[in-house]
Amino acid sequence: MSGEHGEPRLRRRRLDVAGGRVDMSHGAGGRASAQLIDEIFRDAFSNEWLAQGNDQAAFRVDLPPGARMVMATDAHVITPLFFPGGDIGALSVHGTINDVAVGGAVPLHLAATFVIEEGFPLADLKRIAESMGRAAREAGVAIVTGDTKVVERGKADGVFITTTGIGIVPPGIELGGDRAKPGDVVLLSGSIGDHGVAIMASRENLGFETAVVSDSAALHRLTAAMVAAGGTGLRLMRDPTRGGLAATLNEIAHQSKVGIRIREDDVPVAPQVAAACELLGLDPLNVANEGKLVAVVAAERAEAVLAAMRADPNGIRAVAIGEVIEDDRFFVQMTTAFGGGRIVDWLAGEQLPRIC
Amino acid sequence: MKHVDEYRNGALARSIAATIAREADPARLYRFMEFCGGHTHAISRYGLEDLLPENVRLIHGPGCPVCVLPVGRIDEAIGLARHPKVTLCTYADLMRVPASGGSSLIRAKAEGCDVRMVYSTLDALRIAEAEPDREVVFLAIGFETTTPPTALAIRAAEARGLANFSVFSNHVLTPSAIRAILEAPKTGRLPPVALEGFIGPAHVSVVIGWKPYEVFATEFGQRIVVSGFEPLDVMQSVLMLVRQVNEGRTEVENQYVRAVVPEGNRAAIELVDEIFELRDAFEWRGLGSIPHSALKLREKYARFDAERRFTIPPSAAKDNPACECGLILTGAKLPADCRLFGTVCSPETPMGSCMVSSEGACAAHWTYGRFRDRARRAATTRGGAA
Repeated sequence: MSGEHGEPRLRRRRLDVAGGRVDMSHGAGGRASAQLIDEIFRDAFSNEWLAQGNDQAAFRVDLPPGARMVMATDAHVITPLFFPGGDIGALSVHGTINDVAVGGAVPLHLAATFVIEEGFPLADLKRIAESMGRAAREAGVAIVTGDTKVVERGKADGVFITTTGIGIVPPGIELGGDRAKPGDVVLLSGSIGDHGVAIMASRENLGFETAVVSDSAALHRLTAAMVAAGGTGLRLMRDPTRGGLAATLNEIAHQSKVGIRIREDDVPVAPQVAAACELLGLDPLNVANEGKLVAVVAAERAEAVLAAMRADPNGIRAVAIGEVIEDDRFFVQMTTAFGGGRIVDWLAGEQLPRIC
Repeated sequence: MKHVDEYRNGALARSIAATIAREADPARLYRFMEFCGGHTHAISRYGLEDLLPENVRLIHGPGCPVCVLPVGRIDEAIGLARHPKVTLCTYADLMRVPASGGSSLIRAKAEGCDVRMVYSTLDALRIAEAEPDREVVFLAIGFETTTPPTALAIRAAEARGLANFSVFSNHVLTPSAIRAILEAPKTGRLPPVALEGFIGPAHVSVVIGWKPYEVFATEFGQRIVVSGFEPLDVMQSVLMLVRQVNEGRTEVENQYVRAVVPEGNRAAIELVDEIFELRDAFEWRGLGSIPHSALKLREKYARFDAERRFTIPPSAAKDNPACECGLILTGAKLPADCRLFGTVCSPETPMGSCMVSSEGACAAHWTYGRFRDRARRAATTRGGAA
């Protein structure tokens, strides 16, 4: 984000944040672009790297021997932009921090790219940027570089945000979706389906209301505690976003070439989420989350990891939901509340577009 | 969740299961067809098969509205959607049902047809009101449960003077399908299926009552227990059917007493009768052409009838010959018996309609039950060798 400009006698009016809108000049790379960056993003994200105004952020990384770096990126196209429990700004920070964190890494920095539709209210943009800045500060992870583009009206929908994150995996920690072994325990950090239901409820065309709020949260402190408690017994962590818990468990089963059996009675679903899913004909297992994670842990470390999870605000309701089993078909199965068996499958087709 | 959890109590289900196991005579076979897709879904979703003794078997019936729609009607719906002025409104499930030539409504939409997914007939009415330049056609499907909402929409369109709203009616009748299955040994048009009873429709019976099924007890000596869609309803209905068999009774019983009365919902029946009349015959997927088995709009409401309003190119397309939806819909085969099941046909790439709707026997078995297939095949092989 470059934008230094002199000429002290030229008096510039500040952006009309209350009533103004983004126009094509804000993406043209000229003064208007620089002003948008200065007054909206640099203020909201305030950190030493961004303040330098370079096209890149330069920083030292002291990697201990055996440590590795991770990098993850995530595009956010959610609608509506503001929803109960969050907004696209905070979500774009949490989502990428979580992708880095579930790799066992300590997140270091973020980059952010905005694609803004012509006519987008500056007030909304400022609100989103401030929410991103707040989420980043709370997480202790700075947004150190970024880019802004404006497209003509109708070529985007409000604003799309892509965030990229880097982090450091401590020496000796190796997590991966292919590391689950029969006998391992499957842990879940809390109730499922809250984000998806909150988004559906805020879409006007579905015509229902609930008090459910999104669970959008940064999970890197939770994952750090789990890494410390689990050591080499922690096989993998993953955040069940689009496709819900069902998709995540199926990914793990296929990557690790194992089966997974969970118990329906042990999977927490908030009553309001269960009610909304009932009404809409959805299975909470397929509904998106933004502040939950699944972990697979060697049986002998499961209790220790579970205790560490419950000590973190984002893992208070953590539970063991099942086990990894041998199965050359890689099925995820569930013992139903009735004691019968069923498959937990990927959802066919799309449940709801633009959920994150 | 109040008014739902009561019917999903696992401990109670296991206690009913224990009673069924105790009362079912090991020397007998109890083959019950659950007519409705709603039952099929509950049975698969809660793994109820695992709670029943081996000789109490549930056979999936044809009561899935999406599944029984023949490929020709989907072709005709696509033909309607190709009219430049037409906005075709439909329920989500129908979008993915395969039409002939590898087409479907979702592909037609991608090609530029104005096909919109709605949650109710009222959504379609709203679109018609908001966009008076569009010809809004509601693709109506379903058994007696969904007919009254369609009738209400037509009445509302009439009251609001909407000249751009019409219905492509594919409403079908439950008793006609049950009769076709029971008459199979006589007509030879369908493979006969040996049954000791039916788990009777839930929501359909709320509308039409249980009286229309009495003829199946008197004329065919069948047992029918009208059952709710919750898993405990199904378990209790199975127990009631087992008792009928054991006691030599052939009756219509009502398990779903909290919603079904003998004569049904008089207001709904009268409304439907005011607007719809019987078709001479209607083509069902799997069951073939069944006389007096579907509804069309009465002459008086012709202006709301898409079939009269538009020229729809007729389709004589047949189902994929390798697809066994027909035999699966009549209970003659199990989903896993079909060569396409799980090979080229899955919910992502359905070849037949039974793989599309979550109420379809193949989709339910794929999504919830296919882990049992290997054990079943092994048991069949062992049995064959013995």
